[in-house]
Amino acid sequence: MNYNWNWNVFWDMAADGTGTWGMTLFYGVLWSLAAALCAGIIAFVLGSVLGVMRTTPNKWAVRIGNAYVELFRNIPLLVQLFLWFFVLPELLPKGMGDAIKQMAPPWASFVPAVIGLGLFTAARISEQVKAGIQSLPRGQLFAGTALGLTLPQTYRFVLLPMAYRIILPPLTSETMNLIKNTSVALTIGLLELTAAARSLQEFTFQVFEAFTAATLIYILVNLCVVMFMRWLEKSVAVPGFIGPAAVGGAH
Amino acid sequence: MGDFDFDVIQRSIGYLFREGMTFTLTLTALAAGGGIILGTLLAMMRLSSYKWLSVPATAYVNLIRSIPLLLVIFWFYFLVPYIGAWIIGSPTPIKVGAFASSVITFTLFEAAYYSEIMRAGIQSISRGQISAGYAIGLNYWQTMANVVLPQAFRNMVPILLTQTIILFQDTSLVYVLSITDFLGAASKVAQRDGRLVEMYIFAALVYFLISFGLSQVVKRLQQKIAIVR
Repeated sequence: MNYNWNWNVFWDMAADGTGTWGMTLFYGVLWSLAAALCAGIIAFVLGSVLGVMRTTPNKWAVRIGNAYVELFRNIPLLVQLFLWFFVLPELLPKGMGDAIKQMAPPWASFVPAVIGLGLFTAARISEQVKAGIQSLPRGQLFAGTALGLTLPQTYRFVLLPMAYRIILPPLTSETMNLIKNTSVALTIGLLELTAAARSLQEFTFQVFEAFTAATLIYILVNLCVVMFMRWLEKSVAVPGFIGPAAVGGAH
Repeated sequence: MGDFDFDVIQRSIGYLFREGMTFTLTLTALAAGGGIILGTLLAMMRLSSYKWLSVPATAYVNLIRSIPLLLVIFWFYFLVPYIGAWIIGSPTPIKVGAFASSVITFTLFEAAYYSEIMRAGIQSISRGQISAGYAIGLNYWQTMANVVLPQAFRNMVPILLTQTIILFQDTSLVYVLSITDFLGAASKVAQRDGRLVEMYIFAALVYFLISFGLSQVVKRLQQKIAIVR
């Protein structure tokens, strides 16, 4: 095959003239991780609130929670990002919309990306939180209220601490999904890892080097997430409950 | 909000559905069909006792599942012409159309996800069934085709369909290859007429209605299957 391999391309000057292509990829990773982290915080907080709402005896809280999940799960992420990026500034009052559009370059796409990814992921996390709470024996709730705790206190001190421990494995895969999903933000102009690899490919025609590097970096990031979550699972495991510590060796 | 232009939707609705939605649905159907077949084969390979079958299958599934779909789309867009050239022995990369390229990409990508579902399905069948198959003299392929896979499919139909709804939404990502799928068509009209607000809200609404409708059907089906078993 007549393809000119050039693995030294990562040390060549990048098109924007500020550093090497390697640095471009490195900044790409940082933007990916930054977007994932900010969106993750939004998703975790909102997802927890929604998940709890959907397990309360209050009918309206359940309905609102369900409606949110259906809405955000049934629209493609790409379309959601377009709504936040293109449509939202038009629907806001003129002054506010213009202010959003005139944000400095990375932020104009970073902020909508974080909002979009955060709200999208929140729907998925709320499913996990709900499943976690519902997997606990009903007696836990009764025991809590019998002790004289209010409903919020029962959630705070009895249900949620165990529910979060139970859903750590699915939260690990949600975290990896979130990091992968940050790549969709390239469509609204965020220069994250996939976009950085793409621009390296467009300017140097070193297709396979660029995408191999990006693939390896994604795998590395995934490994780090898995290892961190495994450590977290071990360190918060409650002795006596079935968890990673008890399973041990089974892998 | 006052100058919301419903007319632009009415004017372009034929184009959106005839060109765009047809592409999206064709791609979804082909990739789902191919993905399920390939995914089932991958799942059987992963569960094989031969290392030379299970190791590559596991590696492939784990690799695909750890990189974003967009990167996979770019990978295959550039890789497929080279692979094609290698297969037919041509010295230069062959030309692969955007449609063929996206069908291949989505089939190979979704196969990894379908294979995880089918693996769970196959593992949900008790070992006794397989032993019984062998005991009455069936070979591996006969046991799989007549005993294990029909039951595995039946158990996994709701999850396979849910994954297909996700695939339907994911096909919108071919936007990055400037292909006229449903979103691509909406986006083209939006750019041409300067009606981003109307077109993107309309696109979101259509995606929502289709995905939501299908997911309700899947929910019904799930209840039905659960009662029968």
